[in-house]
Amino acid sequence: MTTTSGSTPEMRHHLDDPGTDQPGGLVGEVARMSAEERAEHEAEVADVVAPDRDIEVEVGETLLEMRDVTLSFGGLVALDSVSFSIRRGEILGLIGPNGAGKTTCFNAMTGVYRPSSGDVLLEGRPLGRLKKSQITRRGIARTFQNIRLFGEMTALENVVVGTDARHRTGVLGALLRLPRHHREEREGVERAMALLEFVGIADRAADKAKNLPYGYQRRLEIARALATEPKLLCLDEPAAGFNPAEKEELMGLIREIRDDGYTVLLIDHDMKLVMGVTDRLVVLEFGKKIADGRPAEVREDPSVIAAYLGVPDDDVA
Amino acid sequence: MSAHHFRSGTATKVPFGQRIRDWWNGLSRFHQWAIIIPVVVLVYLMPFLNFFPITTEPGTDFELALFNTARIVLIAIGLNVVVGQAGLLDLGYVGFFAIGAYVAALMTSRDSALYAEYPWLLVVVVGIAVTMVSGVIIGTPTLRLRGDYLAIVTLGFGEIVRLLADNIPALRGNVGFRNLERPPGEWSDGTRIFTQGDGIPWYWLTVTAIIAVLILVGNLERSRVGRAWVAIREDEDAAEIMGVPTFRFKVWAFVIGAAIGGLSGVLYAGQLGFVNNARFDVVTSVLFLAAVILGGSGNKVGVILGAIVIAYTPERFQVVSEYRYLIFGLALIVLMIFRPQGLLGARQRLLARGRQAYKRLVGKPEPVSTESPMKDSGKGTGA
Ligand SMILES: Nc1ncnc2c1ncn2[C@@H]1O[C@H](COP(=O)(O)OP(=O)(O)O)[C@@H](O)[C@H]1O
Ligand SMILES: [Mg+2]
Repeated sequence: MTTTSGSTPEMRHHLDDPGTDQPGGLVGEVARMSAEERAEHEAEVADVVAPDRDIEVEVGETLLEMRDVTLSFGGLVALDSVSFSIRRGEILGLIGPNGAGKTTCFNAMTGVYRPSSGDVLLEGRPLGRLKKSQITRRGIARTFQNIRLFGEMTALENVVVGTDARHRTGVLGALLRLPRHHREEREGVERAMALLEFVGIADRAADKAKNLPYGYQRRLEIARALATEPKLLCLDEPAAGFNPAEKEELMGLIREIRDDGYTVLLIDHDMKLVMGVTDRLVVLEFGKKIADGRPAEVREDPSVIAAYLGVPDDDVA
Repeated sequence: MSAHHFRSGTATKVPFGQRIRDWWNGLSRFHQWAIIIPVVVLVYLMPFLNFFPITTEPGTDFELALFNTARIVLIAIGLNVVVGQAGLLDLGYVGFFAIGAYVAALMTSRDSALYAEYPWLLVVVVGIAVTMVSGVIIGTPTLRLRGDYLAIVTLGFGEIVRLLADNIPALRGNVGFRNLERPPGEWSDGTRIFTQGDGIPWYWLTVTAIIAVLILVGNLERSRVGRAWVAIREDEDAAEIMGVPTFRFKVWAFVIGAAIGGLSGVLYAGQLGFVNNARFDVVTSVLFLAAVILGGSGNKVGVILGAIVIAYTPERFQVVSEYRYLIFGLALIVLMIFRPQGLLGARQRLLARGRQAYKRLVGKPEPVSTESPMKDSGKGTGA
């Protein structure tokens, strides 16, 4: 794509890429704006992206708590009595070598797996036996380490599915196109469009998700998760497969998301990357928490250094 | 960049079907209606186009052939909600069709203990209601299953309905129910409008039902409900994690499909005036499914085309009729090899306001693609 050279991933990620012509419409317009106009436009976008959020950026109050969570697969203990909490408005990094149990942590939080023992509490209330979709509506959204978009849907439709988590139109309402259906369709599409712009992929809104370049797919996952209006956004290795410039750009995006009032839980095994963006780090190794604290402290922690000695240099760096 | 050259190189080779769809998409609503309305009028006038090469005579009465084709079209649209939209492989769809037919028989045949002079419209409503309830009853336990398991269980359901008809004395097995009541109304000369012999009123009634169903199903498609179905079809776990109450919407897909199948069964029983346990077998289910897959699962225009092929060609060509299973079987195999998306593989639109949104975002209308909406959903479960 011509307008997005910064985040264009390598060619090998270009699946079947039908492409679009020179961007017309809104995208083209934005590209032609002056810096000032663009800033103003972005502020507008941010307004729609985070509608009427009572922004509680006051870091401190606990949003999510993992309390002695143990989760085993047969004999394998993937999480061993893990406890930590995420405070409202912060970016918490969850790091650890491959196989440490980071993704399993997400799965425990989002109801994919139930802990063998222990509790996950959101705003003080245990998730208990809630279904995955109910947990999402309670306010936890996630992306996937291996991208799982709805391939046959367009980028825009993918995000609208996210907004549907907050919609209440039922079959009858849709069948007869009752007023709520109209209102929710309008709001959903508006918000989805704004989110696509926010993550920077609006120029490919009309393309099927499976035809998007890899970097776009990762961003689309973030937009779709944000669309559910989460209190907590969980990103599972969102920068996997990115080159350093793309990673840097993504970290900027994550900071913006936090500044919009979201709380972010970020998984990555690349310590350096996570250091730069997080307020606090939790380190897992073999399913156990081995450190929890500010990035600077954690970096000096002997057990963390030891944990990372076993992995290739580029992961430590 | 090379990618750009590549793209402009292929631009000249856009397939014909794709060009048609792009052209259609580019039209304004007004122009689209200006084409749709004459087409609909033509569809209603079909019975009067009873001449070579369209006619099915002398082999089959042309008007009845039209009715039977329309009936299969209606069924295919209903089955498409389940199989094409929500991606639930239902091999027992004939069961719902049978239930609709039996409700009509039980209510309007003098052979039935439940007979009374019900208004015909009430029969339609009850027929649809009963099939919907059976959709819930069979959907609730089975829709927790996936893929192959669901196919096997629904296959069993279709057979159970047939076996019940065989073995419950009140359902009269092979003897069946005679002289079912037909819709009311008389021509000016005092003869009944709806008779067994005259296919035209039945054809018109069915076409009208098809149009109503298409509008309603279209409304669902471009709503939260249709998006939920496609999300489930694409990746059920991811859909649930994105907040889609997957189980509830799967049951709804089943129930809506069932309702359309039931409606079709009521119409069928009414025209024939006779219902027994024949013609509700597995092979019929598979034939319905073939109509959906042949035309292009997931795409309404496609499945209509598929149903027309499946229902009309055997009436038109004696050879096709004799070897229909062989021919359709081979056709499906060839199709799956060369064109797995079906004859028409356009994607459905899922946004009520998509047109304006895409215009604003990318400055051109929403694209449609020939790629298959049917795909194996086995993307792994490990989230
Ligand atoms: N569904 C599963 N079944 C069995 N073992 C699993 C499953 N999911 C994860 N594991 C195991 O749990 C451990 C932690 O995995 P994971 O949470 O994916 O690690 P990571 O920190 O790299 O995200 C690994 O040993 C992995 O093999
Ligand atoms: Mg992982």
